[in-house]
Amino acid sequence: MIEALVLLPTAAAALVFATRSRRLREGCLLGTALVHALLVGALALDPPAPPHGAWLGVDALGLPFLLIVSALFLVGSVYTVGYLRREPAQPRGDLEEGFLFSNEPAPVFVACLLLFLATMSLVTVSRHFGLLWIAIEATTLASAPLIYFHRHHRSLEATWKYLLVCSVGIAFALLGNVALVGAGSGAVTPLGLDELLRLAPGLDRDWLEVAFLLFLVGYGTKMGLAPMHTWLPDAHSEAPSPVSALLSGALLVCAFLGILRAHQVLDAAGARELAGGALRAFGIFSMTVGALFLVRQRDYKRMLAYSSVEHMGIVALGVGIGGGAAFGAMLHALSHAFAKAALFLVAGNLLGRYASKRAAEVRGALETQPASAALWITGLLAITGVPPFPLFLSEFAILREALAVVPWMAGAFLVLLAVAFVAMFDVGLPMALGRAPAGISRAREPASALASPLVLAVLLLGLGLVLPVHVRGLLEGAARAIGGG
Amino acid sequence: VNALVIAAAGLVALVNFRLLGGSRLVPIIRGAALQGALLALVSVALRARDVELGFAGLALASAAIKGYVLPALLLRALRQVEIRREVEPLVGYSLSLLIGAAGLGVSALLGARIAASADSGTPLLVSVALFTIWTGLFLIVARRKAVTQVLGYLVFENGIYGFGVAVASEAPLLVEMGVLLDLLVAVFVMGIIIFHIQRDFSHIDVDRLAVLRDVDESRPPREAP
Repeated sequence: MIEALVLLPTAAAALVFATRSRRLREGCLLGTALVHALLVGALALDPPAPPHGAWLGVDALGLPFLLIVSALFLVGSVYTVGYLRREPAQPRGDLEEGFLFSNEPAPVFVACLLLFLATMSLVTVSRHFGLLWIAIEATTLASAPLIYFHRHHRSLEATWKYLLVCSVGIAFALLGNVALVGAGSGAVTPLGLDELLRLAPGLDRDWLEVAFLLFLVGYGTKMGLAPMHTWLPDAHSEAPSPVSALLSGALLVCAFLGILRAHQVLDAAGARELAGGALRAFGIFSMTVGALFLVRQRDYKRMLAYSSVEHMGIVALGVGIGGGAAFGAMLHALSHAFAKAALFLVAGNLLGRYASKRAAEVRGALETQPASAALWITGLLAITGVPPFPLFLSEFAILREALAVVPWMAGAFLVLLAVAFVAMFDVGLPMALGRAPAGISRAREPASALASPLVLAVLLLGLGLVLPVHVRGLLEGAARAIGGG
Repeated sequence: VNALVIAAAGLVALVNFRLLGGSRLVPIIRGAALQGALLALVSVALRARDVELGFAGLALASAAIKGYVLPALLLRALRQVEIRREVEPLVGYSLSLLIGAAGLGVSALLGARIAASADSGTPLLVSVALFTIWTGLFLIVARRKAVTQVLGYLVFENGIYGFGVAVASEAPLLVEMGVLLDLLVAVFVMGIIIFHIQRDFSHIDVDRLAVLRDVDESRPPREAP
């Protein structure tokens, strides 16, 4: 059953690649997403304990991440089907510079999308460090063609940066694996999670700490922690909107899962001081970089990207502080995924209508696209942590624990959140209000472009208002797995 | 440690200097390939007493992929884009060699310490592996051509492989195979992208891929459509 989570999308990808029928392609994408979500739903309701020593399995830590991946992919694939239908098949003029370009063939795009789902699922169910590394590197390779969907020089530049920066980053994580193997001093350490957790107290402390730092830098590159985040704004702004939503919501936290696995081992070895300190340092630095680049950002897709850097910093900080903040970090990863995905999808709607990624050229969206504009404002409220959205709860949980453990960091945390709040509304609010430029009038908004962000917004509201017991249980289970309460 | 390993490690280090100081691309691709193949052989030589069938097969596959398939892919990309040499590197060749020598010194010091604390590794091999990692990273940063950057990535991976062989030679078979596969696909995808860069820009100078940035004053705000 767990293998099916990986094999099903892979098989579907092969089918999509082979066929030329649009109907079959769309059916494959939606069908796979739905079956995947149902499988994950069944697993979440009744999680089977992974057999000891198995390489694949759904455990308490992996489950929330699997849920995020599957839910976002389902919502995103509905949007993608409509998006691909709206994209013209012929070469057309570029929005910013006017030259002609054409899109990647749809079969390649959809097949890579399905492979992307397969590889991300593999990341969440890997319980072996070697397999985990392979899966995370595979997510890079599967998603590179997705970023290069619009075949022009800007997306090419973004794809090249993404491939090279992330591959080099992940190579550092491979070095981390080697260091882990060497930690046995003499005997070779197995890389299976269960054996490693059992052996951890007897392993060499220095080697373990070096391994953790290498994992943090390596997977942190993929996760978008500053200063290794340089690929992220380019890739997110040049990728088509449904892909940006998946990258930001699902892929970044998948890479974080890699760091959390190493954290588990350090925890078991009793070396959590170093892990916590390093996570806190990278967390607060990422928040700072993210918040500063949000201020007066001109490009609204880049704004969303820098907001992701900031939020990944918050998640890392939460885990680094530990205790109740670890639960906050898990809730934050989940709700950030939904909120940011909704925002990227709505940004796609705005981009389609205004034909510009410059925030200054998008005005009066409430007149021209009332539904999208309303969702845009809702998304901004959610992402900046305004109650009753769940990001308020998660940030509050992190803040409370921070006050008790490292008070100065709590102060910095609050200031940076405030900066991000003001900066995002400064850029984002005039886009919805104001007067629409001449020539852009009100037009019908396709249901397929609204349904997905609407579902995400409703889910967010539900999470914030009631936070179902079952979801809370899942997140608390994950927090316990990394030594939080 | 037998003489074979020492000779191979010395050769790997020499190849690093060749990579740092060379401008013609075909020989340095061959150099990186030789390096990958040598390291795969070292992994067998270190376990001369108990070489299992699966282990030997994997080392052979590794030598074949790193020594033949990957360089073939790169050479093919090179033929498509019709480029023979790296003309103006960001860091000059003499300076590159000096930086390489400094890297070798630091690697030797670090390698001795690491090997002492792991008490399984051989200082020579650990040092050479660290030097190779250093060379790979330097090539990625200091060269302009996309092909040379991919080459740097391969050399970096060679270094990690060498480090793994030196510290602990027995990683699970399946994992090694997965790593090889990922590497293969990565170079394949990068090769395709290089081809597209060439087609779109008629050059593969990565430093001219520099449109995407946060502040762009060059382009005036466009009239609303």
